[in-house]
Amino acid sequence: MSKKTIPIVKKIMSANDQIAEENQEFLSSKNILTVNVMASPGSGKTSLILRTIENLSNQYKIAVIEGDTAPVTIDSDKISNLNIPVIQINTGGECHLDALMVRNGLEQLDLCNINLLIIENVGNLVCPAAFRLGEHFSIVIASIPEGDDKPYKYPNIYRGIQSLILNKTDLLPYIDFNIDYFKRGIEALNPGAAFFPLSCKTGEGFDKWVDWLKTRIQEKK
Amino acid sequence: MHELAVTESLLNTASDYAIKNNAQRVISLNIIIGELSSIIDDSVQFYWDIISENTICEKSTLIFNKIPAKFICQSCSEEFKIKGELRPCPVCGSMDLRTTQGDEFLLESIEIEKGLEKIDE
Repeated sequence: MSKKTIPIVKKIMSANDQIAEENQEFLSSKNILTVNVMASPGSGKTSLILRTIENLSNQYKIAVIEGDTAPVTIDSDKISNLNIPVIQINTGGECHLDALMVRNGLEQLDLCNINLLIIENVGNLVCPAAFRLGEHFSIVIASIPEGDDKPYKYPNIYRGIQSLILNKTDLLPYIDFNIDYFKRGIEALNPGAAFFPLSCKTGEGFDKWVDWLKTRIQEKK
Repeated sequence: MHELAVTESLLNTASDYAIKNNAQRVISLNIIIGELSSIIDDSVQFYWDIISENTICEKSTLIFNKIPAKFICQSCSEEFKIKGELRPCPVCGSMDLRTTQGDEFLLESIEIEKGLEKIDE
């Protein structure tokens, strides 16, 4: 018997990254701006997506990929009620979407003339950060009740995002949340990320987010 | 929790290289984990013991080489390590930091056992 060391030096995530790259090329070739929406459960991902659709659907064609751990269609039903093409990916208990799941989703979606594809990731602040999907950029939705220390506790999810939404600002009078402390954590991790404090319930601050997203869609067209 | 998917990817990569190199079995894997990579080594080990069963990697040892997170200050160019909670630049206090190290999650090498007939290559 002989022993031998085989040098490899390969990214362990490279299989996923490869498919993510192919997804992105496919979406770019169709001029579909694709956004990966990540957040913890209950932060308001679906509310944000619904309100964004309401604000943009008269100008742009939008499609949605819904990632869920269980085969319940609560979220995707809300979206299809708005006559938006939606496909639900049931991850079968997995805590994140990966590039292959998204590729399968893309094959089932009618992407004709679509300008914007929103991918709602599984509610989780840890795992989705490790899996690129093929998106053009990612956003995180944080919310006031989660507390202002989350960027410090879950740094990975905040790194590499282009935009951070702080939802449920209507709850600020009732909850101790130091926006400056929160923002400092984000700036350290991600200098220059666009920051949108807003409320999906009252609509406060929502215009700025929508305007920013419109600019991104125009750039892609 | 995403470590199962990650561990499967690790098993596929290691097995590919082992087979290509005519290994009889894999003895160990050298893995580099950056502190910011959000991978829990205990969890990878747990899944590894289960999914590597009946493969060329069965009973192999995972060796984790952890590397700390390093940042460079965008204001004064100071380079420094941070362990645990994020802190401002120790020199100028700026929070405008860029990561230079700590994202890594790599399979660096594997040690394999070759069959007798493969000694003289």
